[in-house]
Amino acid sequence: MKVKVISRSTGEFTRERSQDLQRVFRNFDPTLRSQEKAVEYVRALNAAKLDKIFARPFIGAMDGHRDSIKCMAKNPNYLKAIFSGSDDGDIRLWDMASRRTVCQFPGHQGAVQGLTVSTDGSILVSCGSDCTVRLWNVSDANVADSDYLSDNSAKPQAVYVWKNAFRAVDHQWDGDLFATAGAQVDVWNHNRSQPVNTFDWGSDTTISIRFNPGEPNILATSANDRSITLYDLRMSSPARKVIMRTKTNSIAWNPMEPMNFTAANEDCNCYSYDARKLEEAKCVHKDHVSAVMDIDFSPTGREFVTGSYDRTVRIFQYNGGHSREIYHTKRMQRVFCVKYSCDASYVISGSDDTNLRLWKAKASEQLGVVLPRERKKHEYLEAVKNRYKHLPEVKRIVRHRHLPKPVYKAANLRRTMIEAERRKEQRRKAHSAPGSIMTEPVRKRRIIKEVE
Amino acid sequence: MQIINNMAAFWNSFDSEISGCDCLGDSHLRQAPGDSIASVPYISVTMAAKKENSDDEVDEKVKKYLRGEAANLEGVKDKKLKGQLAVREDLYGKSAKTAAKIEKWLLPSEGGYLEAEGIEKTWRIKQESIAREVDILSSRNQYDIVLPELGPYTLDFTSNGRYMAAAGRKGHLAIVDMKTLNLIKEIQVRETVRDVAYLHNELFFAAAQKKYPYIYNREGTELHCLKEHGPVLRLQFLKNHFLLASINKFGQLRYQDVTMGEMIGNFRTGLGRTDVMQVNPFNGVVALGHSSGTVTMWKPTSSVPLVKMLCHPGPVSSLAFHPNGHLMATSGRENKIKIWDLRKFEVIQTLPCHAKTLNFSQKGLLAAGTGSFIQILADFSGSQNYSSYMTHSMAKGYQVGKVLFRPYEDILGIGHSMGWSSILIPGSGEPNFDSWVANPFETSKQRREKEVHSLLDKLPPETIMLDPTKVGTVRVPQKKEKPTKKDVEAEMEAAIETAKDTEFKKKTKGRNKPSKRAKKRREMIDKAKRPFLEQQTQEHETSRKKQKTNPETEMPKSLQRFVRQKAT
Repeated sequence: MKVKVISRSTGEFTRERSQDLQRVFRNFDPTLRSQEKAVEYVRALNAAKLDKIFARPFIGAMDGHRDSIKCMAKNPNYLKAIFSGSDDGDIRLWDMASRRTVCQFPGHQGAVQGLTVSTDGSILVSCGSDCTVRLWNVSDANVADSDYLSDNSAKPQAVYVWKNAFRAVDHQWDGDLFATAGAQVDVWNHNRSQPVNTFDWGSDTTISIRFNPGEPNILATSANDRSITLYDLRMSSPARKVIMRTKTNSIAWNPMEPMNFTAANEDCNCYSYDARKLEEAKCVHKDHVSAVMDIDFSPTGREFVTGSYDRTVRIFQYNGGHSREIYHTKRMQRVFCVKYSCDASYVISGSDDTNLRLWKAKASEQLGVVLPRERKKHEYLEAVKNRYKHLPEVKRIVRHRHLPKPVYKAANLRRTMIEAERRKEQRRKAHSAPGSIMTEPVRKRRIIKEVE
Repeated sequence: MQIINNMAAFWNSFDSEISGCDCLGDSHLRQAPGDSIASVPYISVTMAAKKENSDDEVDEKVKKYLRGEAANLEGVKDKKLKGQLAVREDLYGKSAKTAAKIEKWLLPSEGGYLEAEGIEKTWRIKQESIAREVDILSSRNQYDIVLPELGPYTLDFTSNGRYMAAAGRKGHLAIVDMKTLNLIKEIQVRETVRDVAYLHNELFFAAAQKKYPYIYNREGTELHCLKEHGPVLRLQFLKNHFLLASINKFGQLRYQDVTMGEMIGNFRTGLGRTDVMQVNPFNGVVALGHSSGTVTMWKPTSSVPLVKMLCHPGPVSSLAFHPNGHLMATSGRENKIKIWDLRKFEVIQTLPCHAKTLNFSQKGLLAAGTGSFIQILADFSGSQNYSSYMTHSMAKGYQVGKVLFRPYEDILGIGHSMGWSSILIPGSGEPNFDSWVANPFETSKQRREKEVHSLLDKLPPETIMLDPTKVGTVRVPQKKEKPTKKDVEAEMEAAIETAKDTEFKKKTKGRNKPSKRAKKRREMIDKAKRPFLEQQTQEHETSRKKQKTNPETEMPKSLQRFVRQKAT
């Protein structure tokens, strides 16, 4: 007869020295584990609760400005720093790690309306309501040399004076040109004191401007006549225009999908468009209760952050209709500008109360060095929470956010109003001949027309 | 051309002899010219057949790891959701394939087996002959411990098979480390002990003593006296939920949470005294076998059993569950063992066998013990058709009380009237353990970590259900039967009662007049009544409309033209 019995020798299954690691044996057979789904559900519930316990997104405030902060700029070559410009002409360079001013750039006589940094990180361009454009030298050497003294100030490299006040400025991604928005759109070169090119379509001021990260010659602007215009620098005339029902305050291009851009609108929504097909929005992001003032995409292209007049900062997914996260503080007043840091971990908001605030992009993320086992555990908890986040108990915990009372009440009011409108529309439809009333999808409803 | 034709003839002459010949799988022969196509497929078919066999094996394993059917994505209308689900399903497929490959190539140990040669039959092979063929370490595991004065013994193993608790009827409690066969502790409680059960690890065990069950430490210190349970006949521990289930002399089933000491459930079974109790490891359901021949299955959140099935014409003498949760073996006094499929609640097989005690092993072998004779039944080829595999008879006078397979080992522990024994049953245990599930070589640090993790993963008692895969699925909306008039009225009454009970804020400054309060109360009651009244009027209208259309359809065809037409 042939016989074999299981016999395990202790040596094979235990470690030899106490300095060795313990041996781990795996058998993935489902019959060894019972009630796997219930165990996963319990883990998802615990993960959701732990997430909420560890959610401390606010890192600190950067105090120093004396007037409200209107614009910010990030230096793509230096992660730690951020530039901010305020309403009294004060431009500062901040070190985010220590939350102190590194350098000040005095000079503007009126409000600083726009700030931008060239892609190689050497020139900072600022424009203001005193009709000037100033160029500053901010290469790495300069910045690294400076001490943390608040009187450290720099002299501008160039000052260009022009006809009208400027509202916004943006630098081309891979070239020497930058464009300003004001009464018309002007394209400048670093070395020329007059604009190289001027675009003028429509009679109203252009309030924001943004160059496309993938295609260096395309730029998008938004104007006071409720339009979003796309320009191509190679052509002498503007390319296309879409007119909406309300004004767009800011535009941001998706860095990973450069044909898509998202527009922060005055009607509390953000509209994502495909630049090739402007007749309908790709996605409408609704959650704010007051005008959205600024928008910035994460370098991963998967999320964007918005700051709104209702004193909150929200983070949305690029294809999601509702916000993933909301940040608010009692001391933070109207948020006028937001930036997503270049390493996709932090969000900076500049607001009316003269402070810049630094927040974590993922509220319960552990900062600092994360060991591989910890990271694996975090990833597992995230995955199991996402698998069960549709079940009522887990959903309740994951979705729960404390809102300030005015925001909560305003949101309820908006909801009631929208619901009432929708119900009336439905009843009108139900009581009229079928096919006589067509409901337009939301993506199209807010667009008046598209112009070539 | 001539050469090619000759080659074709050469090939064709080999047609009948090619079958299964591996040497013809050589590549240069397979590159024979196109004329000999007729014979080339013959070779490739046999090669393909061999590959298919191993593919089938992997496919079966993949099926096991997929844990059920793939979801049907045809009905999903949302394109984004459909895309996301399709990606997920793909990932599941990939991970199941990887797991199947790991099982095939990477597991360290292989299972035991016993094969008879020639005319020899496996059930005639005695333990002594096995001991001769097997290595020393394994033959050490065959022994008889004779303790005649302290009564019939019952055993329990920890989930990793390393420690055993033995309890003699006359009060002898012993904890033994089975790896080293060391006696860790033995105590004499000087009372009848009817059953012993380990809790989540080897540190705690519960003993069902004469009046109440007690919980002891590994040192033998009495930690708790569970007075509420009463005189318990059987104890079972539900590992995932940390629940201690007990059935006592009066037929009361109790569930107690051993982490917080809370009594979760206390049910009167109503079917009398019974000492047949088993936990189904797959779904955590407790099954009791009664003297009327019924088996009832219980969960801690309902006072009515989940299932009540009539299994035997006489009393059920024992019960056992297969670890995959689909098979149950029951035996009755009429000397039959019935194997049930728990998905359909049907008998798969009836075996003519005495069995006072039954137990399934991790690999699906069934041990049946009666008198001083033990029979092991196995289903070869996984077809769930059990037949005799091995037998063992002990010395006459030893009455088998309990048979229990040791987890992760090919060993069967037998508790009998003269002590306990252990015999080798090749092929009964799972050869490859998972350190995160149960580790027979656990250190104390690992044991502490595992305790903390299993406490964090402790399942609430509501998760015990007949089909544990239902957690997280969408509950299909059942077609609601129309509530009867009585139910509707009862609901309305209940709503009115709650409306009457609402407390109003006491207003000041002259606004708290009693007339206003009464008016407000009446308003609340009317508000509560409104939905029911609306429903009633709606029903009236629809029934009226229906009545109006009825006469038209009821009229015979020739009289249709006399039916009054509705003005359009």
